[in-house]
This record gives sequence, C-alpha cells and structure tokens, in this order.
Amino acid sequence: MKTFALFPGCSLEKMAAGYLSSTLETTSRLGITLQELEDWNCCGATAYFHVDELLAHTLCGRNLAMADKTGTDVIAPCAACYKNMYFTRKYLLEDPDLAEHINYALEQDGLKFTGASRVRHLLEVYAEDIGMEALKAAATTPLHGLKVVPYYGCQVVRPRKDHEDVEEPQFFEAILSAVGATPVDFPDKTRCCSGSLLVTSRTAALSLVRDLLQGAIDRHADVIATACPLCQLNLECYQQQVNLEFGTQLSIPVLYFSQIIGLSMGLSSRKLGIGDELVDPRPVLSLIGSQLAAETASAPQRPPKDDKALPMPARSKRS
Amino acid sequence: MESKITFSEEISNLLYAAHGNPIRDCIQCGTCAGTCPVAPFMDHTPRRLIAMIQADQKQDVLASNTYWFCASCFHCNVRCPKGIDIAGLMYALKRYSMWKGTYREGLVGPVFSETFAKTIMWSGRSYEPVLAPTYLFGFKPREFLQEAVTATGLMLKGRLPILPPRIKRLEAFKKVVDRVIPRGGAS
Repeated sequence: MKTFALFPGCSLEKMAAGYLSSTLETTSRLGITLQELEDWNCCGATAYFHVDELLAHTLCGRNLAMADKTGTDVIAPCAACYKNMYFTRKYLLEDPDLAEHINYALEQDGLKFTGASRVRHLLEVYAEDIGMEALKAAATTPLHGLKVVPYYGCQVVRPRKDHEDVEEPQFFEAILSAVGATPVDFPDKTRCCSGSLLVTSRTAALSLVRDLLQGAIDRHADVIATACPLCQLNLECYQQQVNLEFGTQLSIPVLYFSQIIGLSMGLSSRKLGIGDELVDPRPVLSLIGSQLAAETASAPQRPPKDDKALPMPARSKRS
Repeated sequence: MESKITFSEEISNLLYAAHGNPIRDCIQCGTCAGTCPVAPFMDHTPRRLIAMIQADQKQDVLASNTYWFCASCFHCNVRCPKGIDIAGLMYALKRYSMWKGTYREGLVGPVFSETFAKTIMWSGRSYEPVLAPTYLFGFKPREFLQEAVTATGLMLKGRLPILPPRIKRLEAFKKVVDRVIPRGGAS
C-alpha cells in the first residue's frame, strides 16, 4: 500500500469530476491511497504566469509546502497543474534566493517549502509505481479490440522534466496495452490541443482541435484517451463547434485514461463518471460489453427534479 | 556615459526560468517555426520574432499577436538546438506588454489573464463563470451562440460550478500574496 497526497486542481472539482472519481476508484483497487491536500489553492494555470511569475511560483509554493508536510509525494492528475508544480519545485530547489523570498511570504500561512515532496503526474504513477503487471492483473474485463488514441497532450512530457522521451513517448501505449486495449499509432499524440487558446484565439484553436479529431478518425480510433482536463474539454466539448466552423461531421468520444482503466476493471460507468460527456460514449461502451451500454442508457443524467425547489439545479456540493 | 539596455536584454531580464537565456544564441534555423502548431495564425513565426527582438524592433514585436497566440505547448523548447526557452520568452513578452499596456487592441488574452489572476486573489480558486464575460463579448454573434450552446450542455451535465469555490484559509492566503506583491489598500 502506497500513499500519495492528491492535488486535484480546480478542473477536477466540477468540469472533470469524472477524472477525479475514476482516479479514486482505480487507484484504490491498485493499492494506492490518495489523500487530498488540505485547503489547496489554484496552481495559477497558464494565465497567472502571464501576469506575474513570482506570484505564480508563490501560489504553487503554497501547495508544495502543504505537500511537504504530508511526507508523501504529491500527484497532480491535471497536466497543467503538474507542469506548474513540477517546475516551481525545481526552481525553488535550484535557487535559494527565490526559495527564501517565497518562504518569507509563506510564513504568513505558517508554511515552509522544503522540497521533500516530489511532484508526480497520475499517468507516470500508473506507468512507474503501479506497473503493467498490476494493471494486467486488475483488468478483469480486458478491453480487447478497443482502439484507443493515447493522447499525451503537451505538458505531461514537455518541457522535459527528467529523462522523458519527448518525441516518441511510449508509456501511455504500454498502459493501454496492459489493460487489453489496442493503442492507435497516432503521430500527433503530443501535438497541442490548443489549451486556453479556445477562448483567446478561437479560430486557431478550433483548427488545431479539428486536425487532431480528423487524425484520430482517419486512423479508425474508437476513442481518444486524455490525461488532462483541458485536453478533454477542448477535444470533446468543442466537437460541435468545430463541425459548425468547418462544415465537418467529426464525432469521436473522448475519455480520461483512468476511466478506460476503470472499464478494464469492470467498474460501472457511473462509478467512473462516464455519462457526463457531450459526445455520447455509448458506442465505446457497447464495444466492450453491452451491459455497460445498457446501464448508461438507463442511468438518470440528473437527479429528479424537486417541484418545490427554486429553479436552480440542486446538486450536492463537494466540500 | 549613458548606458542603454537593449530590448533583447530587457526581455531576458524578465525571464526567471531562463536566467542566462541565450536569445542571442539563436541561429535562425526555424525549427521553432516549423514545430509551432499555431504558427500559421501568427503575424510572425517565433523564429522571426526572435530575429526582430535581436534587431531591437521593439514596436513591431510588441504590436504582433505572436506571443499572445502561443499556447504554451513547449514543443519548440524541446526541439530548439540551442536550448532557448522560447515559450518562456513568449510569457516574458506577455508580462511585459501587460505591465506596459502595449499589447495590441482587441486581443482577448490579456483581459482573460488579468481576470483569471484577480479571481484567484478573491477566492484562491478559479471559477469559470467569472471568466466567460472577458471573452464572450468580443465574439461574433454566431460564435457567441455556439459558445452558449456548449456552456449549456456542460451545465446540464453538471460540469459547471454554480457557486464560486473558495479556500478556507483565505485571509492567510491573501497575506502571503501581500508579501510578494503589495496590493493597494491591502493591510
């Protein structure tokens, strides 16, 4: 049993709730305990580094200092959080002046950065700490015949963090193969999904998304697997906008890799948060067992409406 | 003797991550331009922008959309044969243009980034509904409608937060921030 601190990041609270639930469900079955970092704050995303670099490092420094206190390594499932935290830790360790400045600020919250806790991405933890044998053993319903695009996106492998193969990484493929799926040979697997350009430079962004979707469909993929909430949002939720913009009819489900692993363990789609997508994932589910498809079809999408309630979706809040 | 700092040095000074960043080492090979997925949408490719910085064409560099179109994918960084932190350079230009208010009119990026930063200052977390107005009103009616359809879809699936999240030790958090950037009116 191995324990990690978990830094969920803002997206996993709501937008990518399925990424969080599938992460918790699958890791707990593989002997990993995740403890959410108490009172974590936003990692600063990319926008914060546009405004002030020192402040952005301070924001990450606060989370890192809290992780240091836990005495375990910290996992960030969001690729952007991972990159920000990884590099802030690196710079703070390399530059005592910067660390001193930020520790002076963190004093106000009773915290101190020591660098004891390493920053890990979830994908990396599956590949290195859990390992292929354990994944294979846990895959009670191997996903034979399911063609999955291993979409790394940018920030899991870039900028180079350690010894990664930045041009031809293979660990995502290995994970997919371990759970019985067929990884699609996808040359654009590390090409950018456009990130936050979808709001700031829309035309450019939609064109990048289109190219990726077209590439996946041309290679007869059944589903795209992502390891980042922003990649999932861009590639999945903007398919309709891509089609309207370019007159295409592209449609392909996009799931988190942890959801795909969960399916191989025979976990229900509801437990894995599958069903909250805008592109219907049922074609994927039916390929690996009709029972799952039927379950999703009959599962209520929203809680039943309370007639007396105010006209607001009353959803339970995660504390 | 008057010593005047060049634009290239000014930008290099803004790069924490690239202390000693060798912008001047650029050999103009164009690997970055060939790699960049957004290059076709930029006024100038990253290679050309670096040449313009070296030539001290400050006005033209700052007026270009290039650095605001950078998606921070870091593909150029890992391929640059001279090890230049090109994405970091784009960040530095973004910060420079925001401080000086010299970015081109009509860009969404600066306003979006600033609002994002303020949201975190208020609550310690990001909150999508506050961010939307920073870019939605710049959209053409058709784009606005498409974005609204996507947002509605996400809302119906329960993927958009209703209430803004906030961290528990917000006061302490704000004091931490004040030690890094003293804000006007803050204690």
